[in-house]
Amino acid sequence: MYELKFDEDMCFACGTHDCLVKCQHLDLDEDMARIELEKFINSEDPWVLHDCVTCYACEEYCPNGNHPFYLIVQKQEELNIPPLPEPLIKQGVQLGIPFRGEPEIKEINGTALNMGAFSVLTNRVQSRLFEGLTIMSDDPRKMFHYFCQLMYLHYAKTSVINERLEKIIATIAAHKVKKVVHFHDECYGTYTSYAPAFGIDVPFESIHLFEYLYNKLEELKSDITPLNYKVAYQRPCSSRLSPDKHLFVDKIFSLIGVEPVDREYVDENAMCCGATILGQRKEGRRQYCNEIQKNNIEDMKNAGAQICVFNCPACMQTLGKPVGKSGIMPLFMSDLCRLAIGEKVV
Amino acid sequence: MSSIYQALIEIVGEDYASNRQEELFTYSKDLGTSESKWPEYVVAPKTTEEVQKIVRLANEEKIAIVPLGGGMTLAGLALPLKGGITIDMKRMEKIIEVNEPGRYMVVEAGISQGKITSYLHKHHPHLMHSEPGAPPAATVGGNLAIHGQGDLAHPYGFNSDMVNGLEVILPTGEIARFGSCAIDAGWYTMHPLPDLGLFLGWNGTTGIMTKVSLRLFPHKQIRKMDLFAVENEALVPEILYELTHVGLSEDLVAFSSEIPPMMNKLHSISIVITGDSEEEIEFKRHLFFDVKLSKYIRSGVGGIAAVSQDRQRPQISKSADWKKGGGFEYVGAIMPVSAYPECYRRGAEISARHDIPYTVLGRVIGSSHGMMFSWSYAFNRADPETVRHAREALHETDEQVMEMNGAIWKPAVFGQKLMMDRMDTNTLQLMKKVKNLLDPNGIMNPGNWEVIQ
Ligand SMILES: Cc1cc2nc3c(=O)[nH]c(=O)nc-3n(C[C@H](O)[C@H](O)[C@H](O)COP(=O)(O)OP(=O)(O)OC[C@H]3O[C@@H](n4cnc5c(N)ncnc54)[C@H](O)[C@@H]3O)c2cc1C
Ligand code: SF4
Ligand code: SF4
Repeated sequence: MYELKFDEDMCFACGTHDCLVKCQHLDLDEDMARIELEKFINSEDPWVLHDCVTCYACEEYCPNGNHPFYLIVQKQEELNIPPLPEPLIKQGVQLGIPFRGEPEIKEINGTALNMGAFSVLTNRVQSRLFEGLTIMSDDPRKMFHYFCQLMYLHYAKTSVINERLEKIIATIAAHKVKKVVHFHDECYGTYTSYAPAFGIDVPFESIHLFEYLYNKLEELKSDITPLNYKVAYQRPCSSRLSPDKHLFVDKIFSLIGVEPVDREYVDENAMCCGATILGQRKEGRRQYCNEIQKNNIEDMKNAGAQICVFNCPACMQTLGKPVGKSGIMPLFMSDLCRLAIGEKVV
Repeated sequence: MSSIYQALIEIVGEDYASNRQEELFTYSKDLGTSESKWPEYVVAPKTTEEVQKIVRLANEEKIAIVPLGGGMTLAGLALPLKGGITIDMKRMEKIIEVNEPGRYMVVEAGISQGKITSYLHKHHPHLMHSEPGAPPAATVGGNLAIHGQGDLAHPYGFNSDMVNGLEVILPTGEIARFGSCAIDAGWYTMHPLPDLGLFLGWNGTTGIMTKVSLRLFPHKQIRKMDLFAVENEALVPEILYELTHVGLSEDLVAFSSEIPPMMNKLHSISIVITGDSEEEIEFKRHLFFDVKLSKYIRSGVGGIAAVSQDRQRPQISKSADWKKGGGFEYVGAIMPVSAYPECYRRGAEISARHDIPYTVLGRVIGSSHGMMFSWSYAFNRADPETVRHAREALHETDEQVMEMNGAIWKPAVFGQKLMMDRMDTNTLQLMKKVKNLLDPNGIMNPGNWEVIQ
């Protein structure tokens, strides 16, 4: 069985306990954070495990790369403190079961594009930006063979991830790919953060979508017409697993001539879309979800954003409509880039 | 040329009567597991008077007539079991009146549900009718003839409870009207005239409906579907009780299906929430989730699975996809809501026995006064073995419904017999008398609701 590489000594020696002190959803000072951490390292029952909204952010806040978030969800599972009601966990776990035949494995020479569980979005990559990439699978019936499983962090089910991930990795590897661009950065986080943290071997190299887009736009620079929009970026939870790639957001924005608005919920202080919070067990979570969504959208509006740029399809599904209703246009980052090179986006 | 065929042409014109095999073939089948039954003629009248003439002709010739709407009941109810003339009602699709402040509309009975919905959407966006989850080609007359229910069943009951007036061609050819229209006072109410109640739910065996006044209801501008999930089926009735106590949903449906695996052995309750503003929606959501259902959420046995979903066609039609070949038929039954757990368990067992992924669904009627429960069985049309399995599963389900003290809804002939076998003799004899009185020549959709004793 895979084991999380978590260095407890690092926490005992930690001078900041930033992982919990910086948490936007829990109110802890450094002393409290230290006590709580010690509790869950010792498998006691800290309240943090009950109150955590599973936003992933502490994974980024820890300056030492010590995986506090993975530890939190692992402990939630171990101590039977499920963040969600049982039927939702069962439903989620069953969602990832492939039921429409085996994938068709074709060998791919060169770099592949992995749509993960979002093969329905394949129309979004019919673009010059993705020329030269071979899509690993665009068949919606087979998409769960490519589903990275990381969503189960929200369900405190690292056991499910660990049980299924090897097979998913084997399916991708069977395409004989060396490099894979992941359309969803949750997949990227799985193969570059989660898997190494649990000692799971990944035999291919992963490329973050934004890094890929940035490089491609550099190639197509002469075709770019600056868009001159004011944009807000909706940072997804999974991006907390690859904070080193976050710089590509601003790099892309400056290349395509859009201006990121100056707002509160940005960069490290980004606010999660709320999708997972809505259904959580703890009393008042539905209203809390409404509140953070409202504040987030108002923040974009007050800052003068014309476009809200999405990275994650789940955030788009959750916030796309309300963002649109507030007069801000919701767009995937890849679509925004397509506009910049003169392509039409429908 | 036969004299009947000639007479039919004289009534409706030659484009709308046929005895040609290729056309009769279409009318010899329905979408379910029933064996083909061929009519001798098909005719598509345009007016009440044409229907009247056809009925008179059938009486003279002592030939069976079967009214057909969209043919969507799946249970063979509009197949000509004893041959004769199939009367396709779909050309009778006029909208005669919409009374916006009185909230009703008068239509010809062959009008499709889809046409009503789109017409109201375009011309009266503040009004809606209770549309069944059937394909939009289903007709108003066909739906009333089987006591259908639609997407307003929770607040307002069966569709046949929403009738404000009726025009019927009696089996002997007279035109009769019921409700305020019978005293020439408009089409706005069925009561307080004496209750004749002879036509709704009779499968067209007591007359042919030609005009209907339908109640309409406020159509709110925002419509969202939220889902609440539980694992323990025993919780479904009490949750529905809580939700119907609030009483602010337009439609409440509980369902479970083996495929896709996501919902296997779980139960989703869809709650349709409507409003004219986001505030109205949130007010209702607050009452449902934060007040009534929060105890289930906190204890971890129930959860909000999704909010603001697009409304989907009922799960039952999707299940046609689970076996290759696109066939499915379902048994519907009107059951007490408390029977949900048992209905689910028995349905899953029958399905497993016939190697069909189970799909079950219960739509609340009234304030938990009842539930239309459906057990859906998929089959491959090209594979007689799967058709046989589905047919057997349907029959077993009919029997189980009776065992659970349910009432089979839109029963096929097999189910009608089960119900009549259990029926109190006086009621059965009254049914027989009514039928004999109205239809002395026994020409109306014979084989349906046929009292043998
Ligand atoms: C996927 C699917 C979902 C469904 N969901 C629902 C649902 O949610 N609610 C629901 O109620 N039903 C549902 N149904 C069942 C059925 O399709 C509908 O009830 C439909 O409205 C029946 O109307 P029809 O015009 O197709 O009737 P038909 O099948 O044409 O006829 C039904 C019966 O009525 C008689 N009849 C037809 N027209 C007249 C008339 N003018 N006068 C007298 N008798 C007449 C026929 O002889 C027959 O006995 C569903 C069916 C399918 C396939
Ligand atoms: S997880 Fe990181 S930030 Fe938190 S206490 Fe340990 S080392 Fe410090
Ligand atoms: S996952 Fe989010 S809510 Fe939970 S402790 Fe970490 S930062 Fe806080």
